[in-house]
Amino acid sequence: MTSIANLKIWRGESADAGRWEHYEVPFEPGQSVLDGLRWIRTTRDPSLAIRFSCINANACKECMIELDGTTVYACTARLAAREMTLTPLSNKRLVRDLVTEIAPPAERFVK
Amino acid sequence: MSAAATHVETDVLIIGSGGAGMYAAIEAARAGCSVLLADRSLIGRGGATVMAQMTVAVALGSETPDHWSFHYNDTLEAGRGLCDERLARLLCEEGPACIREMENWGIGWARKDGRITQAFAPGHDRPRCVYVDFLNTGPAVSKTLRGAVTRSKGIRKAGDLVVVDLVQAGGEVTGAVAWHMSSGAPVTIAAKATIVATGGLTRLYRRNSASANMGGDGYALALRAGAPLIDMEFVQFFPIGHLAPRLIGMDPIMWDPFRYKLGGRLLNSEGEEFTARYGVSEEGRYVTTRDVATYAIVKEVEAGRGSPHGGAYLSFEHCSESALRQAFGPVIDRLANNQIDLTRMPIEVAPIAHYHMGGVIADERMATEVAGLFVAGEAVGGANGANRLSGNAITEALVFGRRAGRSAAERVKRMPTHPFGAEAARPTIDLIAASGDGDDLNTAAMIERLQATMADDVGPLRTQARLARALAAIDEMTRTLGARPMGDNKPFDLRRLDWFDLRNMLLVARAVTMSALARGESRGAHQREDLPGMLSQWRLNQVARLESGGLALTPAPVVTPAAAQ
Repeated sequence: MTSIANLKIWRGESADAGRWEHYEVPFEPGQSVLDGLRWIRTTRDPSLAIRFSCINANACKECMIELDGTTVYACTARLAAREMTLTPLSNKRLVRDLVTEIAPPAERFVK
Repeated sequence: MSAAATHVETDVLIIGSGGAGMYAAIEAARAGCSVLLADRSLIGRGGATVMAQMTVAVALGSETPDHWSFHYNDTLEAGRGLCDERLARLLCEEGPACIREMENWGIGWARKDGRITQAFAPGHDRPRCVYVDFLNTGPAVSKTLRGAVTRSKGIRKAGDLVVVDLVQAGGEVTGAVAWHMSSGAPVTIAAKATIVATGGLTRLYRRNSASANMGGDGYALALRAGAPLIDMEFVQFFPIGHLAPRLIGMDPIMWDPFRYKLGGRLLNSEGEEFTARYGVSEEGRYVTTRDVATYAIVKEVEAGRGSPHGGAYLSFEHCSESALRQAFGPVIDRLANNQIDLTRMPIEVAPIAHYHMGGVIADERMATEVAGLFVAGEAVGGANGANRLSGNAITEALVFGRRAGRSAAERVKRMPTHPFGAEAARPTIDLIAASGDGDDLNTAAMIERLQATMADDVGPLRTQARLARALAAIDEMTRTLGARPMGDNKPFDLRRLDWFDLRNMLLVARAVTMSALARGESRGAHQREDLPGMLSQWRLNQVARLESGGLALTPAPVVTPAAAQ
């Protein structure tokens, strides 16, 4: 029973110069937004930037993004058969696409 | 063309911030060293440690009398004759001290009537595994070590730092070249001692239980620096990884703790408890070791008695709601959110790549064959032989991490200056700055292809023909990948990360496949359908080295205390 989620994703390298990209993502009920983002990377565009490590366990806590303006973990938010707007965290410095600087200052590399 | 690189200096560079890397950092800092704790992801969040669900094997004797030598005997037995006995002994003998130190740092091991609880796990002769409820062992170990790292003086933490190559001068490892993902810039790191604590290689497989950053980086770094690997054919499959229905927010190895506490019944499509057919009668108790259970499930599926998604059923339908809640508390609600009610339905499970027994050759000091290079945790090869005992992974992370930190500090004390060779770093700096011409190559799809090849042809059951086919696919992918990374060199370029990952993954996949092809028998986690049975003449390790002509394999006698003299 495959459904289609319409993912509207903010992409860009600086917060004031972004663009929207739209992807139709097929999914089975129960699949996560991160499943959809990984599907986009392997079948549409490997340059889509998203931060994650543990994929499914919600252990690494790296995949925080905003879904329709609310902060979620991409690995536990579920895909739905509607338009879903995905944006980087608005209160963190943008790195690229859905990736923001989420590490505490003491854990970042500085010369 | 020469790109500028940021340069930093440290006494000890630690690559990887899982349990082993963090313990090594704490120990080196305790000895007065400056430490750079680098991780390709966030500090202390990725890797395998944080994913551990429950058991940590250690002869504490908290509830039942125990001695490290009993744990050692069980470890050797599980290893099917191939354990490096010095490393296995170190793991078992020093485990209790590390577990007590973790308790002092406030981890909160589960207790009953004031005593630390120890659960029984398959392959152990008595209850031996400490844990943190509920399914919280890995997160608790990570959090406790993160706290101890933060309280230590002299540890700099650096996330988003992907080490691309080690640097050598005068035949010694003198540091590394890294790619700083969040800026896109190359970084050179001069270090008097370097510790590889990058974990294993489970990302080589389609279905795996570890983080996406466990693609065998450390094995590839060591190989390219001239340090040999051992036992690369022995990939542990965790037999009862979650398969269906789709379950999010949980680790796929979560059913192990359920079996520890509640037993559970492993069934085929005919409702039969089938492990007896493979030599182990369970009758509701959890006693089948990982290699045997994996073999049994794969064989049942082949015989047409698998579950709908191609695995086995695991049933807790005999357990009451209150028994489930008492054992797993809030986890039962998380299952309900995924429409799973264990009192009414079995779930489907199947083998999933979980751990690597092989790894970098090291002595009891965690020193590799290359001066200046140490190794810790799962990246170390040999301690667990052909099959790892349940619960030994976190123990080895802690014990080997502590030992590596100590040994690195001893080396630092003997070295007044940094012998970093800037010229030796140049090729890697240029590689990071380079732009390949393969922009039409989907690097993420290639990783999936490699994972499919490894799962289908270098999985739990192997044949000469399938292994040869895998080697041909690895050759072809290596040619397609090319010599220079694609991508745009801007921050967080995942195509570029995939390229560097594939450079490592393809090398390590080749080491696994070649070793599996060469081993002319079945033993532990390495099962050859065309060569069934364990042969006494194969009671030896295989050593892989990267030479000018490529990877070369040589046999080596198993390390025993007597042979080590």
